[in-house]
Amino acid sequence: MARTGAARDPRRRGEGAAAGAGEGAVRPSAAELDRLIHERIRLGIVSALAVNESLSFNELKALMKTTDGNLSVHARKLEEAQYVVCRKSFDGRVPRTEYRLTAAGRRALERYLEHMEALIKATRNR
Amino acid sequence: MTPAEPLRTAPADPPALSARAMANLEFIRDTMASASAFTAVPGWGMALTGLTALVAAALAVQETTAKGWLSVWMVEAAFGLAIGATTMALKARAVAAPLLSGSGRKFALSLLPSLAVGALLTAVLYRAGLAALLPGTWLVLYGSGVVAAGAFSVGVVPVMGAGFLVLGTIALLGPASWGDGLLAAGFGGLHVVCGIVIARRYGG
Repeated sequence: MARTGAARDPRRRGEGAAAGAGEGAVRPSAAELDRLIHERIRLGIVSALAVNESLSFNELKALMKTTDGNLSVHARKLEEAQYVVCRKSFDGRVPRTEYRLTAAGRRALERYLEHMEALIKATRNR
Repeated sequence: MTPAEPLRTAPADPPALSARAMANLEFIRDTMASASAFTAVPGWGMALTGLTALVAAALAVQETTAKGWLSVWMVEAAFGLAIGATTMALKARAVAAPLLSGSGRKFALSLLPSLAVGALLTAVLYRAGLAALLPGTWLVLYGSGVVAAGAFSVGVVPVMGAGFLVLGTIALLGPASWGDGLLAAGFGGLHVVCGIVIARRYGG
């Protein structure tokens, strides 16, 4: 995996670092790991959106048990990677921010699940 | 930032890697389970059921025999179930929520035992000449079912269940003459208020 590609494409962020990791028994899978959704809050956001058409900022905050600032930062990273889309509207006078998972985000989650399963299989087959 | 579980702590111990990967999968599964709360509870249907319960309470209080009083509430129960089931199916279809799998199934399995016990105790208590205990019995059984089912739904549902439990307790401990009023407050008032809240917050 080329480091330049990882630097250009936020969806591949962190793969360069993975390629430089120590010699692990299952290094090929770990090297392809999507670091963007490996972080727990971001993984939680993507997982929650995978089973809902959309979720509001407050719903995600309650689900992740995190703060406004923390959720904002992680949601923005997912937005930048085009894994989620954000829509802002008003419910009466109350602003409402709603997130949806994109096709790219769903594929990323599927890839991540495959990587986890590959890791488990690889360690079992040793 | 906290990675879900670090997978590249070199040198990697394969069993530990496997355990971390499994922990990550478990985290994803748990998050999905808690995020897929049953949202097909029909707010407007619940409010409509509440209105029919208020009518039933007004009719039942005029009945002079236990048989007549029970008949009014049995008809209301049938109406309520029909309205609830129909509007739930319609809302589930509208919001693409599964009715018979996942949290929808858990919701139904948590609620139905209380309703079944309620039907059984209705027959038993009526035959024993204890119809005065029916309002409290219905309210606490429905409340316990709604609280249990509410664990798989939006927050207002278990709160409504708790309201039924309070009213049921008052009905069981208070004078029998309060029965219809408490039934009206529960099956009427709580359904109307919580139904409107659900409809406004959760899409119908």
